[in-house]
Amino acid sequence: MVEVISLNKSFGNNKVLHDIQLTVSEGEVVVIIGPSGSGKSTLLRCINFLETSDSGDILIDSQVIDHKEKTINQMRQNVGMVFQHFYLFPHRTVLENIIEGPTQVKKLNKQEAILLAEELLDKVDLKDKKDVYPDMLSGGQKQRVAIARTLAMKPKVILFDEPTSALDPELVGEVLNVMKQLAKEGMTMLVVTHEMGFAREVADRVIFMDEGRIVEEGDPESFFGNPQNERAQAFLSCIL
Amino acid sequence: MTYEFSLIFEKFPIFIPAAFETLKITAASILLGVVIGLIAAFGRLSKHKLSYYPATFYITIVRGTPILLQLFVVYYGLANIVRLDPYLSAVIAFGAHNGAYIAEIFRGAILSIHKGQMEAARSIGMTHFQAMWRIILPQAFKRAVPPLGNQFIIATKDSSLASTIAVRELLLKSQQLGSSTFRFMEYLLIAGLYYLIITAVLGFFVHKLERRLAVSER
Repeated sequence: MVEVISLNKSFGNNKVLHDIQLTVSEGEVVVIIGPSGSGKSTLLRCINFLETSDSGDILIDSQVIDHKEKTINQMRQNVGMVFQHFYLFPHRTVLENIIEGPTQVKKLNKQEAILLAEELLDKVDLKDKKDVYPDMLSGGQKQRVAIARTLAMKPKVILFDEPTSALDPELVGEVLNVMKQLAKEGMTMLVVTHEMGFAREVADRVIFMDEGRIVEEGDPESFFGNPQNERAQAFLSCIL
Repeated sequence: MTYEFSLIFEKFPIFIPAAFETLKITAASILLGVVIGLIAAFGRLSKHKLSYYPATFYITIVRGTPILLQLFVVYYGLANIVRLDPYLSAVIAFGAHNGAYIAEIFRGAILSIHKGQMEAARSIGMTHFQAMWRIILPQAFKRAVPPLGNQFIIATKDSSLASTIAVRELLLKSQQLGSSTFRFMEYLLIAGLYYLIITAVLGFFVHKLERRLAVSER
């Protein structure tokens, strides 16, 4: 579903991604963990071209994404993104946030888009909030709306960039539950997170990044139970 | 000669046509300024040198020279090429002048919108133009309203400079009546009252718009 081939990325003289190789199969949930500054978020952002890589290829559905505006826009309809800080559109109601993509990008008619949005709001348990502005929502509610907004494009894969890191602790669970539900339904997901419980429970595969490299990768049981890499051991001993 | 302040009330109505002239110049130059301002703002924000440099050049020139000089350039300076009537000269000069300031207002407002808004819009597949038009600009406009209101008030007062090229607006009217009767103070005060009323009404509506837009603000 997603293939990353020999991806390199620098910000000025600072090389943040070194020759990244990564494949995510259909229906797979891959969790990326690692210390801050290890390149996790940059990797996600390169996959949907919010950052432009220096070299290497991204393949979505076996199709190489060239750097043309049109190809990228097309690709983004299939690759959803959920941000740490939600980035809901503050001048639009919850419902309007969700129908924006379907009506403007997919040219779905408004009635159909509203039906779809209501269905998705039901799914994230926020049907009663459809006419309020994002300002009126808690962080957890905002993130669930953001997930619904992404789902409205019917993506084939969703990239989650630390979706619970900006939330109050008691609100993390409601967002993780929605993500677990998605995983159960077979959504392909690539998740950058510090939620080790989620990684352990939901991930099919865990990837550990350090200093711009993937240094360890495996199923959650062996990764958390018996990490091979020194940095991974140190990292896990700090947070577990 | 003593001041005859009762004249202010007596002669107040005869300024109405001049007040309309002031309003006409102001409205037209604001409208022109908003159009030019939007274009120049995008020029300044553009990565393309062919957009960035002309826009920057225009703003530097306008902000760095007096508005009265700009008016004279359009009215007297261009006369060899094209003879514009005073009203049109004023609208063009003031429109171009306001455009530079409005451009910077729009630019600042657009830059103040968090880049995550653009990223979120692009991440659902919107084009840069769609994201700008539907997501960034509505939010930026909201933030631009207070400084825009300020600029509109400045534009109202600056329109008085058109009196120097014989546009029959408020200040010229008061000068003419003043010099024919030697009652400058009375007639200047009448003009001043009109400016006060116009700017107060403008300020009121800008404030109302601000409050209305704030309903859906975070």
